[in-house]
Amino acid sequence: MRRLFGALVLALSLAVSALAQQQPLRITITDGVREPIPFAAPAFVPESPAAARIAADITQVLAADLSNSGLFREIPAANHIGQITSFDAPVRFADWRPLEARFLVVGSVAVREDAQLIVRFRLWDVDAGVELGTGQQFAGEPRIWRRMAHRIADIAYERLTGERGYFNSRIAFVAEEGPKGQRRKRLAVMDQDGANLSYLTGDETLLLAPRWSPDNRKILYTSYATGRPEVRELDLVSGNERSLTALGQVSFAPRYSPDGRRVVLSANEGGNTDIYIVDPATGARTRLTRALSIETAPSFSPDSAQIVFESDRSGSQQLYVMPSNGGEGTRISQGEGRYGTPVWSPTGDLIAFTKILNGRFHIGVMRPDGSGERLLTGSFLEEAPSWAPNGRVITFFRETQGESGAPQIWSVDVSGRSLRQLPTPGFASDPAWSAILE
Amino acid sequence: MRRIAGLTCIALLALGACSRGDNPDALFDGGDRQIEDQFGTVLGPDGQPIAPSSRQFFDEVIGDRVFFAVDEHQLSQAATAVLDQQASWLLANAAGTITIEGHADEQGTRDYNIALSNRRAAAVRDYLVTRGIPDRQLTIVPFGKERPVEICSAEACYSKNRRAVTVLAPGAGA
Repeated sequence: MRRLFGALVLALSLAVSALAQQQPLRITITDGVREPIPFAAPAFVPESPAAARIAADITQVLAADLSNSGLFREIPAANHIGQITSFDAPVRFADWRPLEARFLVVGSVAVREDAQLIVRFRLWDVDAGVELGTGQQFAGEPRIWRRMAHRIADIAYERLTGERGYFNSRIAFVAEEGPKGQRRKRLAVMDQDGANLSYLTGDETLLLAPRWSPDNRKILYTSYATGRPEVRELDLVSGNERSLTALGQVSFAPRYSPDGRRVVLSANEGGNTDIYIVDPATGARTRLTRALSIETAPSFSPDSAQIVFESDRSGSQQLYVMPSNGGEGTRISQGEGRYGTPVWSPTGDLIAFTKILNGRFHIGVMRPDGSGERLLTGSFLEEAPSWAPNGRVITFFRETQGESGAPQIWSVDVSGRSLRQLPTPGFASDPAWSAILE
Repeated sequence: MRRIAGLTCIALLALGACSRGDNPDALFDGGDRQIEDQFGTVLGPDGQPIAPSSRQFFDEVIGDRVFFAVDEHQLSQAATAVLDQQASWLLANAAGTITIEGHADEQGTRDYNIALSNRRAAAVRDYLVTRGIPDRQLTIVPFGKERPVEICSAEACYSKNRRAVTVLAPGAGA
């Protein structure tokens, strides 16, 4: 089993209950969920009075994760018939079936003598009356209680959908303030549910589009601090920052390679924009495209073999795939309209993009060979898709029309359902979803 | 003496209608004298003459910016007429480092608009070079859709945002 984050120690397996072999509850995301599946998450049982508050908080956070996925709907506690007062007592399914709860998350929280939290949980299939998977136990510092809650939600999601969870992750974005013609921007980062917001920069200079390193320790972004756009790498651990291109060179649209050792970006030579790979350790640069057209917005495939990018070499913005050591590239976008901002999903099966058609903007997905194009959303102006670490949910930003127009961050799943605005304190754009936190 | 309200003239210049020069090449050898010949004495909104060598003359009377069609970076005739006058002024008033800012309207993705606005700024830079401004004096900065001057979501605003602005060094101009 994968190692969990920092201080969190995984998991004695609790009593292994007999797994029902008959039709376990299973949700398939790609089919789309028309009606969210109802579930109950009665407050986790505090094993001492000191644990009561945190037990309630953990329950609330994990239930919100599941509901916010759009796949599931929490049945409010006020409607519950029975109560869970002991983690180990048998569940009375008769209390939950009348509510039409399909599954039940049951847990307990204890505060150990060394002040470590011990959190246990089980997931129950209410109809079948059996446990889904096996119970798990986590121990960790009280300060990481939210991570523990997200981890439980991830495990529940994995058992219910067969996909990896994505709740234990963060989103970097550009926080925006001020009037439309004079926007002030700063880098911000928050948990995927909006908690633990912090700002990484001031708003003195214009900046754009943060991108996480695969290990979540660094962020690339484009800064105008020198007066012109330039890709910078911010080390989140040390706080150090460096430019990835020569002084005075215009560069933008960076992304890390899947191993985090290289950065693919756009740089300008005269009026022309091409794609380069930069080694952040040495500054060495390799040019991948040589065309008079605009080549930008490059993104690696998860196996590092290919790069998807946009080019207007055909006369309008379209998507192309080339080998990651460069080359002509094969056009993959075939529909009407213009296509930009391609980004390869972490699972490799889809490429998300922005499409501009008849004056409207859409977020869509297609397979890497260009087949199976589907538009997930559409509005006056939206762009910049970024994949959740499980490759099944996309965040992007949407800007409203007119003089008071302003951007907000949204998410949508690959079926085009579960469209939802993410909570940010003000205007927000250019979201970037991190990898799962270790 | 001609009397032109400065602000009116900006709008007219933008349409290429304020220039009396039929043959922009005649301006090529530059000099405030010729600029003055072309414009006459121009009065600002306060009724005071605007000195031909002043920054205000460059920004408002000649016009510091040119405009582009949707998704285009080709210079229109109106644009080259303005740039000819800019070049004459710049040659006459050796202006230090000159920054050409490229801009796009909001109807495009962020990355593409940076590349497109870079092309626009480069088109202006290249044209000014052909008019005798030394390449080393010119620098280009693409702003994409980050800094609109007009903020409505309609062509009336978009057409003013698709621009390249010639920005003089601080202290340039009399």
